[in-house]
Amino acid sequence: MIDLAWLVVAIPLASSALLLLLGRRSDAWGHLLATLAAVASFVVGLLVVLEVLGQSPEERINDVHLFSWIPAGELSIDAGLRVDPLSLTFVMLITFVGSLIHVYSIGYMTHDPARRRFFAYLNLFVAAMLVLVLADSYALLFVGWEGVGLASYLLIGFWNHNTDYAVAAKKAFVMNRVGDMGLIVAMGLMFASLGTVSFSGVDAAASGLSTPMATAIGLLLLLGACGKSAQFPLQAWLGDAMAGPTPVSALIHAATMVTAGVYLIVRADSIFSAAPTAQLVTACVGAFTLLLGAAIACGKDDIKKSLAGSTMSQIGYMVLAAGLGPIGYAYAIFHLVTHGFFKAGLFLGAGSVMHANGDSTDMRTYGGLRKVMLVTWATFAVCWLAIIGVPPFAGFYSKDKIIETAFVGEGWQPWVFGGAALVGAAVTAFYMSRMFFMTFHGKARWVDEASKLGADDPRPRRHPHESPLVMTLPVVVLAIGAVSLGFLLSLGDGITGWLEPVTGHVDHPEPVLPVPVILTATLVLVAAGVALAWRQYGMNTVPLTAPAGSPLTRAARRDFFADDVNEALAMRPGQHLTRTLVYADTAVVDGAVTGAAAGTVASGRVLRKLQNGYVRSYAAMILAGVVIAGAVLHLVRL
Amino acid sequence: MSLMHYLVLSGILFTIGAVTVLVRRNAILAFMGVELMLNSCNLALVAFSRVHGTLTGQVMAFYVMVVAAAEVVVGLAIIVSIYRARRTVSVDEPSLLRN
Repeated sequence: MIDLAWLVVAIPLASSALLLLLGRRSDAWGHLLATLAAVASFVVGLLVVLEVLGQSPEERINDVHLFSWIPAGELSIDAGLRVDPLSLTFVMLITFVGSLIHVYSIGYMTHDPARRRFFAYLNLFVAAMLVLVLADSYALLFVGWEGVGLASYLLIGFWNHNTDYAVAAKKAFVMNRVGDMGLIVAMGLMFASLGTVSFSGVDAAASGLSTPMATAIGLLLLLGACGKSAQFPLQAWLGDAMAGPTPVSALIHAATMVTAGVYLIVRADSIFSAAPTAQLVTACVGAFTLLLGAAIACGKDDIKKSLAGSTMSQIGYMVLAAGLGPIGYAYAIFHLVTHGFFKAGLFLGAGSVMHANGDSTDMRTYGGLRKVMLVTWATFAVCWLAIIGVPPFAGFYSKDKIIETAFVGEGWQPWVFGGAALVGAAVTAFYMSRMFFMTFHGKARWVDEASKLGADDPRPRRHPHESPLVMTLPVVVLAIGAVSLGFLLSLGDGITGWLEPVTGHVDHPEPVLPVPVILTATLVLVAAGVALAWRQYGMNTVPLTAPAGSPLTRAARRDFFADDVNEALAMRPGQHLTRTLVYADTAVVDGAVTGAAAGTVASGRVLRKLQNGYVRSYAAMILAGVVIAGAVLHLVRL
Repeated sequence: MSLMHYLVLSGILFTIGAVTVLVRRNAILAFMGVELMLNSCNLALVAFSRVHGTLTGQVMAFYVMVVAAAEVVVGLAIIVSIYRARRTVSVDEPSLLRN
């Protein structure tokens, strides 16, 4: 079965190609085929997992050679699959959550005329993401990496008749290119210094790397990870990426694609282990982004953008854990899996709420939706408790482990990283509770369409209703995962033991503070965050228009001026550069060419006068020539 | 009579011929100027031949005469055909190929 692992990728890829090639002829059944392909991919993946589970832990890293891909002299790259616990964890997450989101999309996209194309892109995304995680070399990983970037671009801009959405798609694409550049250069350095880009080759030779080279490769890989995972300083695209349909935000911009950066860092363990500086920078980036994302999530009134800030923040936790080295890898992946479930659940819940409210994303026009959307309320509540880390929900198990690990170490690092993780947990509790209370509790800040209230009422008229079963069922499944997954995966040595063949066995040293103290502090801070949010948004009336707010709030609403900084630092200088280049092109390059032509024409116009047609003037010229030639000969001889 | 006398006479004849070619518009006269230039050269050749006591210069003079005869034939034919076509023998008239 392991040899057939390529089917996991091939099935959604074939389905996507079929739907795109058949065009409108497959409109009637396209969504069913795509969903079936995702489910089939999950089933094949599950069979592979079962077979790998049958192997002894040491044997669990399987390399499946597919074909010789780039045989170019010294650079010979084979396309192959790395089937090991790490990649299989991702395969399970991608295909399972992916299948659920396919099902959900059937309901969510019912009224969209381009539903078939949407499903074709979703399949394309699943296939590309599976290539990314199953690749056995950085080069093949890069193929998947670009593939998910393309699918993300196509899906963010799915409603590209809206200019803002098309611009958001382009922004995501361009910012991802910056990160991709880092990955390409890192691959170039690997080939230059190690002569190979395959995982096995790099892992075997990485210990021989000089520290500066390892640091350079590590930092470039981190740049790639930052671009894909929306980490500082390449985080600004994620908020705008919410322009895509909500299932896309759930699948690509919450559960799977944006976690690819974490995967890359864990996969490149051998490089990062040889480069402590790169590791430290990774942890710093993670710690900073987790606070930045959380602050942004607090400031937004748009439910999806608030969730996007939360995604940024949660991935910050994962990057922080991955930056702590082998002790954090397993927890980063653990949090990634649980986050994939509860965040997808939250996004799909938000999608249901939007669906019920005429596609409005403004939380200030929600309120009191619990009575009309009981299932969505219940699933959202479960995912909310999971993300803020209330025991025994999934987020508690995974996030608490990261916080504990962040407190491990010596010097200033455990205090800074651990402190950031703790504060992050409190802020997470605040903004998620704010979202939950603003949406489902308090007084309704909308009026039912059928009500007899006057037209001067400022509240929007809505007709909220519970979503159909095809949309609620996937969310219920995700919510079950959000309840149970943390407990299930930490049974025994659980996911840590399962990942051990990849991450290596590590002893977990004691944190600088006793574990019970950290645990209590976390729970107290979480409770404080929830209480604050309840006082502010649950008990009080939420104004329909946002108050001016403190400078911090205003900054958070504007993503801490990330767009302004990017525009000032990159966009405007870039525009000036291109304008200068265009000017130089027309003035210098074109000028030289047209100038040469004009000069030839002008000199021809002057010389043409000599050809006057008078035989006698020609004769005079001949005579003059003879006389001059004679005079020259005469003078030279003297 | 020294060599110099011949050469000076040859130079005077050549100049007269050249000036004729340059200033006269009539094709026949220009033609005669060319003949005068050729014959001034012949005079110089023969004079040198006599001074050196070899026949090379005289042989060359004969060659020039032969070529000049052939040239007269072709040249007069062209002048006649131009006259037939354009009713003029001015060398300035057929300047259609200018520019």
